[in-house]
Amino acid sequence: MREYMTTRDIVGPLLLIESVVDVTYGELVELEYPDGTKSLGNVLEVNGDVALVQAFEGTRGSNPSGTKAKFLGRSLELGVSRDMLGRVFDGLGRPNDGGPEIIPEKRLSIYGSPINPTARDFPDDFIQTGVSAIDGLNPLVRGQKLPIFSGSGLPHNELAAQIARQAAVLARSAQADAVGEKLEGEFAVVFAAMGITFEDADFFTQEFRTTSAIERAVLFLNLADDPAVERIATPRMALTAAEYLAYECDMHVLVILTDMTYYCEALREVSAARKEVPGRRGYPGYLYTDLATIYERAGRVKGRAGSITQVPILSMPDDDKTHPIPDLTGYITEGQIILDRNLHRRGIYPPVAVLPSLSRLKQKGIGPGKTREDHADLSNQLFGAYARGLQAKELAVILGEAALSDTDKAFVAFADAFEDRFIRQGKHEERSVAETLALGWELVALLPRTELKRIKDEYVAKYLPAEKEA
Amino acid sequence: MEQGKIVKVAGPLVVAEGLIESKMYDLVRVGAEGLMGEIIEMRGDRASIQVYEETEGLGPGDPVDATGAPLSVELGPGMLESVYDGVQRPLDVLERMAGAFLARGVTAPGLDREKRWEFTPTVSAGERVIGGDIIGTVQENVVIEHRIMVPPGVSGTIADIAPGAYTVTDAVGHLTTDGGDTIALTMMQVWPVRMARPYARRLSAAEPLTTGTRVIDTFFPIVKGGVACIPGPFGAGKTVTQHQIAKWSNAEVVIFIGCGERGNEMTDVLMEFPELVDPYSGEPLMKRTVLVANTSNMPVAAREASVYTGITMAEYFRDMGYNVVLQADSTSRWAEAMREISGRLEEMPGDEGFPAYLGTKLAAFYERAGKVECLGADSGVRNGSVSVVGSVSPPGGDLSEPVVQNTLRVVKVFWALQDQLAFQRHFPAIDWLTSYSLYLDKVETYWNAEVSEEYRGRRDRCMAILQRENELAEIVRLVGLEALSPEEQILMETAKSIREDFLQQNAFRDDDQFSSLKEQDLLLKTILLFHERAIEAHAAGAALKDIFAAPVRERITRAKYLGPEDIDQYESIASDIETQLVGGGANEDARAVYAGGER
Ligand SMILES: Nc1ncnc2c1ncn2[C@@H]1O[C@H](COP(=O)(O)OP(=O)(O)O)[C@@H](O)[C@H]1O
Repeated sequence: MREYMTTRDIVGPLLLIESVVDVTYGELVELEYPDGTKSLGNVLEVNGDVALVQAFEGTRGSNPSGTKAKFLGRSLELGVSRDMLGRVFDGLGRPNDGGPEIIPEKRLSIYGSPINPTARDFPDDFIQTGVSAIDGLNPLVRGQKLPIFSGSGLPHNELAAQIARQAAVLARSAQADAVGEKLEGEFAVVFAAMGITFEDADFFTQEFRTTSAIERAVLFLNLADDPAVERIATPRMALTAAEYLAYECDMHVLVILTDMTYYCEALREVSAARKEVPGRRGYPGYLYTDLATIYERAGRVKGRAGSITQVPILSMPDDDKTHPIPDLTGYITEGQIILDRNLHRRGIYPPVAVLPSLSRLKQKGIGPGKTREDHADLSNQLFGAYARGLQAKELAVILGEAALSDTDKAFVAFADAFEDRFIRQGKHEERSVAETLALGWELVALLPRTELKRIKDEYVAKYLPAEKEA
Repeated sequence: MEQGKIVKVAGPLVVAEGLIESKMYDLVRVGAEGLMGEIIEMRGDRASIQVYEETEGLGPGDPVDATGAPLSVELGPGMLESVYDGVQRPLDVLERMAGAFLARGVTAPGLDREKRWEFTPTVSAGERVIGGDIIGTVQENVVIEHRIMVPPGVSGTIADIAPGAYTVTDAVGHLTTDGGDTIALTMMQVWPVRMARPYARRLSAAEPLTTGTRVIDTFFPIVKGGVACIPGPFGAGKTVTQHQIAKWSNAEVVIFIGCGERGNEMTDVLMEFPELVDPYSGEPLMKRTVLVANTSNMPVAAREASVYTGITMAEYFRDMGYNVVLQADSTSRWAEAMREISGRLEEMPGDEGFPAYLGTKLAAFYERAGKVECLGADSGVRNGSVSVVGSVSPPGGDLSEPVVQNTLRVVKVFWALQDQLAFQRHFPAIDWLTSYSLYLDKVETYWNAEVSEEYRGRRDRCMAILQRENELAEIVRLVGLEALSPEEQILMETAKSIREDFLQQNAFRDDDQFSSLKEQDLLLKTILLFHERAIEAHAAGAALKDIFAAPVRERITRAKYLGPEDIDQYESIASDIETQLVGGGANEDARAVYAGGER
C-alpha cells in the first residue's frame, strides 16, 4: 500500500501531494484528515512525483502536515448486483438505508466505456407516459435521453414521478389504425439526486414507496447538505448500476437524474480551484464533453434485451434556456421538455411549453404499428395550429379581438382549448395514446377544414369527427 | 525506434521525456497498451502528446514508443460503406474484436489487409506515368469505380503491371523511376491527415450541387466545390438538413463526419443509409458513403483529428475525378476539442477560451474544399471537387461567438437556422431574410440552360415578396391587416403561400423530401401565376375574400407532394387558376361551374 503524509497545498476541494511514486491518472485515493475525517478522492493530474487529488467529500478537517493519503491502485468503482434493487445509497454508492452491504457480483469502474456506435440499436419503441403533452407531441422512446428543463418552483418532480409511475410500452399493432396493448416487461428505476433538498428527495422516496415501485428502484442520494464534489461521482454511480441492470440483467431501466444544475456547479467549483481557463459563465470549457459522458450512457445495444432511458432534470438559472447548462444539455440530449412559468401561474399542470419542447426520436417511435398512422401528421398540425393561435392572440392583445379575421379567431379558440384540454391533465390522470389522439382530433375539428394542411387527406377523412360522420 | 517516458498526465494530454528524434505531429504509442497519440508540442526534450484514447491508469514512468511517422490515413479500396472513428479505426471491426463497448488499446488498420480486390490495369508496361495518373481500376461496389493512382510526387516508367485479385498491400506492378530505382505499386496510399493533397490547378466552381431541398437549391444554392455553413441553436434542424444533403445531393461520394455529436444519430445513418435508394444510381445510399463517427463521449483528441481524417479521404476521391461532399457535424465540437487541448497545454487563450489560432485552423480546413483539375498527365481532362458543409452549434444560438464569426469569414453560403421558425414547425427552419449564397450569380448559366430562363427571375421575385412581407408585417402588427391596400394584402397571401407551399419541406415525408430543380421552378411559377391573376382579378372587381377562397389554392398547397411523373398536373393547376381568378361576376360563374365539377 502506498501511503503518504506529504500533502503540500490544499485549495478548495483539491490537494497537492508530493513525492509520490507510481501514481496513475484517475487513481482512487483514500484520504484521512488529522481530526479523523475520511474522504475518497481521485487523481486529476500527475506531474512527475506530484499528484493533484480532488476530495469527493471535501477538505474540511484537513491540513498539509497531518493528512494521510493512500493510493489504492484502481479507479472509483461500484460493486453491482441485482440486490441493489429496493436499496438506497449515498452519492458514492455506499448503503445509507441501514441495510446490509451489497455483496457484489462484480466491481465496475463508474466511468464506464463508450458504446461503439455500430453496436447501438436505434431506439424506436414508443413509451406511453400517459401524459398528452408528451405522448401526443413529444413522445419518449426506449433508450432516449429526454431532459426536463425546469425552474425553481415548477412541478418537475411531479412530472418526473408521473412518468416513472405510468410509463409503459405498447405491443406493436398489426393494424396501422389501431393502438397496441400495454406490454409487461422487466423494468427498473434508477434515481440519482444531486444537491436537491431533503424534501424533494423525500417526495420521490415516498412516491416510490406508495406505488411499491421501490422494490424495482435503486436510489443514490447526494442532498443539498452533502459534499458538493461528491456530486461529480453520483450520476456515474447511478449509470453504472443502470448499465448492469440493463445489459446484464435484461431490464428496461428509467434513469432520473436530478438536478443536473448542481452537478455542473460542482464541476465548476473544481475547475475554478484548478484555475482552468473558463468557457461561458465560468463553466469549464470541457462541460459539453463531460455532460456527454453522462447523457450518452442512455441507449440500446444490439443483441441485449435491456435498455437505458434517461430523464435528467435541470433547473434553468433565471429560466434562461441559453444558460450553458440547458444549452449544452440540449445539444447532447434527444430533445427536451420545457416547463413554462406562465402556464404554471395559470394553474395548468403539466405546464409544458409545447412549442420549444422537442423529441428528436419521435419520427422513429410513432406511426403505423407503433402508435397510429395519423400520429405524426396530427401532431404536426397541432404544433402548427397552436403556434398560429398564439400569434393571433398576440395580435389581439394589441389590436383587439375584433381586428382578427374569422380564421384567426378560430385559431385563438383552438389555442385556448388546446391548453385547457390537451395540455392540462391531472397528476394522477393516465391517458392512453388513443385517448390523446382522439382529443387531438376533437381540437383540430375547431379549425376550418382547409387549414388542416399538414394532415394527409385520407387521415382527415378517416379520423376528423365531422368527416367521419359525414 | 526510440522510446521515451511519461512525466505528466492531465486528461487527454500526456507529456513525455526522451523523444529526441521524433517530430511534430508524429504518431506515438503510449503506455503498455500502446494507446495512439500524436505529438503536438515540443519544448526541449519534452514532448506534449494528445492521446486518442482514455488515459486513465497511465502514470509517470510509463513508456512512449515513437513510430517516426505522422498521423495518417490509409487510402484505397474498402473505404466506402465503412464507419471509422476519428483516427480511422474501423468501428465495425473493433466491435467484432472487443464487443459493444469501446475498449482501450484495441485497434485495427483502416483498410482490410485480407480482402482481395479485382484490379484491372489501364496502363501497360513501358508507359511513362507521373503522380496522380490512373494506372488501373477496381469496381469497389456497383456504384463506384475506384481509380488507382500513382502517388503524388512519384513518376517513372511502368516496369510491369498485371490484372488480378490483390490485397491492398500487394504489388499490382512496378515502376522504374528516372533515377533507376524500382518502386512497388500498391492499391493503398498512406497520407498524413494534416497535409492537403496536391492537385494541378484550382478551378472556379459554377455547377450547382443540388440537394432536393427547395430553400437551398432555389434560394441559397451551393456549388460543387463550394463551402457552406449551417449555424443554429439546438433543435433548429442542423442535423436533419445535413442528413438531407448526404442523402439527396448529386455528388458521387459522400463523407459524413459525426464530430462530437450523438451516438444515436450515427446509428440512424448506419441503419437508414443501407436501406435508402440513391435517386441517381438506384442503389443503396450507403454504397457512396464513408462515415467518420467520433461521438461526444468518445475521446476528445480523436474528435480533433476526425475532421482531418474526413477531408483527406474526400480529397483522395476528388483526385480520382469525383465530386465529393463532406459534411462536418459539428465544427463547434471540433473547435471545443482544440480549446480543451490548448487549455491543457496552458496556451494563452483568445476569445471565450478558444486558442488564438482558431480562425487560422478553420480557414485552412475550409480551404481544402474546391473544384480542381486533378494531378496527372491527363490534367485538364479529369476534374474533381470537394464541397464542404459544416454545421456550427453556437452557445445559446449566439451568432457573435468565435466559431460562427471565424467560419463566416471563409464560407460562401450561410444557411441561418432560426429557433422561432422551428418552434412553429416551419422546416427547414432556414431564415430566408438573413441567409445568403454568394454562388447565386455563378449558377445562373447552368439554371438557364438546364432549368429555365425564367427560374432566376422567379426566384428573385419571390425573394422580393418575402422581403416586402417582412416590412408589411411590422405595419400589420401595429395597426392591423385592414391598413394595407388590397394589392398589399394579396402580396401578404402570396408570401404566406411561398412560405408554406414552397419553403416548408418535411424531411420525413417520402413525397416531400426531394424536389428536382424543374419541379422547384414549376412550383414557383404556379405560385406567381396565382399572384398575378389575383391582382388582375381584383382590379377587375373580384372581392379579395373570393380570390383567397378560390378552390385552386388547395391544389397549389398540395403541389409540392407531386412527383416527377405528375409534372403535367402543373398545367392543369395553371388552367384552374386562369378559370377561377376572373373579375367580378364572372368569377361567381366560374366558381359555380367548378363546384359542379368533380373535386
Ligand atoms: N426538414 C425537416 N422536416 C421535418 N422535421 C424537421 C426538419 N428539420 C428538423 N426537423 C425537426 O427538428 C428536430 C431537430 O432537428 P435537428 O436537425 O436534430 O436539430 P439540431 O441538429 O440543430 O439540434 C428533428 O428531430 C425534427 O423533428
